[in-house]
Amino acid sequence: MIGRYYLAQARQGLLHDLQYRTAAAFSLFGFLLEPVIYLAVWRSVAIARGGAVAGYSLDQLTAYYVVWSLVRAMNLALTPYTWEWRIQSGRLNDLLSRPIHPFHHDFAFFAGQKIVWITLWLPFAVVLWFTFRPSIEVTPLRVGAFAVAIWLAFTIRHMFQFLEGAVNFWTTRTSALFQLMVGVELLLSGRLVPLALMPGWVERLAGWLHFKWTFQYPIEALIGKLDDGAILTGLATQLLWIGVFAVAIRLVWGRAIRRYTAVGG
Amino acid sequence: MRSVSLAWAFFKVQAAHDLQYRANFVLQLINSAVALFTGLVAVSLVFQHTDTLAGWSRPELLIVMGTHIVLGGVIASLIEPNMRKLMEDVEQGDFDFVLVRPADPQLLVSIRNFRLWNLIDVVVGAVVVVSGFADLPVRGGAVRSVAFLAAAALGVVVMYCMWLILSTLTFRIVKGDEIIDLFQGVYQAGRWPVSIYPNWLRGSLTFVVPLAFAVTVPAETLSARIDPSFLVVGLGITAAVVAITRLIWRANLAKYSGASG
Repeated sequence: MIGRYYLAQARQGLLHDLQYRTAAAFSLFGFLLEPVIYLAVWRSVAIARGGAVAGYSLDQLTAYYVVWSLVRAMNLALTPYTWEWRIQSGRLNDLLSRPIHPFHHDFAFFAGQKIVWITLWLPFAVVLWFTFRPSIEVTPLRVGAFAVAIWLAFTIRHMFQFLEGAVNFWTTRTSALFQLMVGVELLLSGRLVPLALMPGWVERLAGWLHFKWTFQYPIEALIGKLDDGAILTGLATQLLWIGVFAVAIRLVWGRAIRRYTAVGG
Repeated sequence: MRSVSLAWAFFKVQAAHDLQYRANFVLQLINSAVALFTGLVAVSLVFQHTDTLAGWSRPELLIVMGTHIVLGGVIASLIEPNMRKLMEDVEQGDFDFVLVRPADPQLLVSIRNFRLWNLIDVVVGAVVVVSGFADLPVRGGAVRSVAFLAAAALGVVVMYCMWLILSTLTFRIVKGDEIIDLFQGVYQAGRWPVSIYPNWLRGSLTFVVPLAFAVTVPAETLSARIDPSFLVVGLGITAAVVAITRLIWRANLAKYSGASG
């Protein structure tokens, strides 16, 4: 049953974004300017230093942020703001009355949207490619690992944001916490800069948290900054984080839902 | 005069509303602190690896960043809430109630909402501007400070026009949330001087979404990179943008058909 629900819900997400494709394109363009900003800044720094910074050549930096844009389009997930709204408005009642965990409802919907997002991303990538002309040497292993890693990255990010959203059951306002987490993610995921450009202790700390596996790892797996062993270890680490968050969701959801009292709806 | 008293009346009501929710002050303080911290980390990382960024020194970049935060605070408190409400009203059909009121609809949709606590960013940004200004090796006098304030004020007017033009797109495409995503994404580009961007983006940020005018020019005025007399040109550009915005507003308003139920 869950397979059919996933297909139906993913189709809903796809049709939703197809219906509002201009709006989806606006939204995506807004998100995708972020890597262009970082790329422009760090290219300027690399050029000032003679063509490389912290082990990243100009080409690798460019490739990093071009691939970043695809990873970003892929790992967009439901934000805790939606959970805040659902709980405050009582709209959660609708989801709770369904014979399936709300996690699957949102995950499948966002997965379906990815088809539209990636289609809209392609012209953007072409512009970036011809503007900055990065060079990436790809191998079948790298491409295959990347294709899996971006879906695992989306899964990890969606699970983590689900847990953040669940905090609403205790506080009803999590926007400050979410903003804090966005800040932490910016610094510890490789979203702002490759972690090699950060101080050593930040890079070591990032290795112990999940953020890096949702941004930097998939990017580096494709652009050739990791050897084959590190690519496979990375995939295993992503699966490990999914396991950890699956247990956390099971534990937290059971407690969270007992605190819920419907408001309106 | 009637417009000013109307705006003041709305302002007082909204300020009184926000003062009821003082916890939001703390939340906004946390949000501002996080944004400031990540911004400062980014600037600090850049200057760990280089002495200047495309010819901009660290104090000059702090002035750009501070101006960006100030303008962001003004947008978040005065402009965005009104435009968001306009988009919601069009989507839900409530815009009809604006049109039947005995005041100019553009004025009404521009002054109805206000978020008091977002003004924290104005204070935070001002502190960053002052700290960057204090670190400049050569500082201009009071003339440059006044010119900076005037340039920043013109920037606010131009950004209001941009928001209004984007918001009136909802008269044609209905769904407006993503327009906000688009603007917020583009707005982030203003955190850095536009001269670092590739030509196509620099052109867009100068002529399409004039962040260069709204953020970089005030910062350049304060850090003595351009002459204050540029303000005369700026005033002309702003007047032209205001007039074009009014025309676009009227043209898009003519496309509006009520959807209330």
